[in-house]
Amino acid sequence: MSVLEMKNVRKSFKNVEVLKDISIKVDKGEVVSIIGPSGSGKSTLLRCATLLETMDAGSLTYSDEKAAWMEGSSIKYTKNLNSVRSRFGLVFQNYNLFPHYSVIKNLMDPPVSNQKRDKNEVYNECRVLLDKMGLLDKENAYPCMLSGGQQQRVSIARALAMKPDILFFDEPTSALDPELTGEVLKVIKQLADEKMTMVIVTHEMSFAKAVSDRVIFMDNGVIVEQGTPEEVFDNTANERTKQFLRNYNK
Amino acid sequence: MDLMTMILKMSEGLGKTCAIFFLTLLFSLPLGMIVALLRRSRLKVVSAITRFFISVLRGTPLMLQLIAVTYGPYYVSVAVNKLAEAYNLGIGLDIGISKNKLVPVVVAFAINYASYFAEIYRSGLESMPVGQYEAAQVLGYSKIQTFMKIILPQVIRRILPSVTNEIVTLVKDTSMAFTVSYQEMFTIGKQIANSQTSFVPFVVAGVFYYVFNAIIGFVMDKIEKSMSYYTI
Repeated sequence: MSVLEMKNVRKSFKNVEVLKDISIKVDKGEVVSIIGPSGSGKSTLLRCATLLETMDAGSLTYSDEKAAWMEGSSIKYTKNLNSVRSRFGLVFQNYNLFPHYSVIKNLMDPPVSNQKRDKNEVYNECRVLLDKMGLLDKENAYPCMLSGGQQQRVSIARALAMKPDILFFDEPTSALDPELTGEVLKVIKQLADEKMTMVIVTHEMSFAKAVSDRVIFMDNGVIVEQGTPEEVFDNTANERTKQFLRNYNK
Repeated sequence: MDLMTMILKMSEGLGKTCAIFFLTLLFSLPLGMIVALLRRSRLKVVSAITRFFISVLRGTPLMLQLIAVTYGPYYVSVAVNKLAEAYNLGIGLDIGISKNKLVPVVVAFAINYASYFAEIYRSGLESMPVGQYEAAQVLGYSKIQTFMKIILPQVIRRILPSVTNEIVTLVKDTSMAFTVSYQEMFTIGKQIANSQTSFVPFVVAGVFYYVFNAIIGFVMDKIEKSMSYYTI
């Protein structure tokens, strides 16, 4: 069964059409990477999936829950958006941790105050998550005391603390130097091994190749090509894909 | 009149000075936030009207506003009554100049300071990165929760130095209540100075204000330090 399904998504900003009839489907346990040049619409697609942007047309479904659908020629969003939001987690490029909250409060506050879960139970889960991220000793630190890589790992833990069905990453390592990038990618790889369903927008081609079950190449608001990493990276017949990848293989 | 008598007499007005100060803060700090939010309203009419009021309140002297709020209603009622008489409308307003001047004085101070605070809040709100709102939304915070728990604490941290600035100015501005003869400390000092042809009351007033602001500076510094456990 698919965890995420987007059909015929269209989105324009003013007169620029950023997404032109895009459809994607992500199955449980699948890791999908979205690659493509800047301005190709990959981040916008992620922002539509996470309800940060409203689509102009199309449908959005999480497992059995409809978030948006077409009624005639207009799009309808469900009234219960928070129930939809609890299905996914999003990791931002700039982490967006809450600087006035300690690490543990960043993790605990959303599940405790928004999902109304038991505080002690959440605390224990969050400690397990921090341990997994290698940050157990940073429980009481504030984000400003952490390196970029550590902050990004906290933000991954924060997203996981909400127990999402699917995790989105919007260029999670673009703000990090190569060394810190490595430690974040290691964590994502570990999640992939645990069969966490993930959609990753990235410019890290070798990482995308290593971690993904499927790679989607987007350009100019459309999906140009998709397939296994081998199909897209090594054996593509598509000229546009070849041209894009050439810049990374120099 | 010896120095001690002067100081004692002026101290009697200190209570009223404090009343203006604390009541103005009590009303203008929250009112400023409401004004700031109206100023940022997506409805163009609302934000334009708010902007106009802010520009009037910041663009005219506080002294004039004190006079307008204290005596304005009386003159308006006189004008209305004249009109009513001329057209034989048979109605009349009976608004005198209120004996308790604290009310108009605090009203004038509160709306004046609210417009300054509003602009400070606005600068703080606009300095917040959009990512904080987006992260809060994705994590299921409601709009009100996002504002109260995520945005407001960080905004307060950012604007505290500017707010301290305004508070220090407010301490000194309370002396302007003398324009409507409100018997606060400076008004009394001025009266003594006139009757005794002495400069000493002004020196006493200066010391009062300086000590008052030294205490405020100390308190605000403590508050700022207590909030600086994180960097922005």
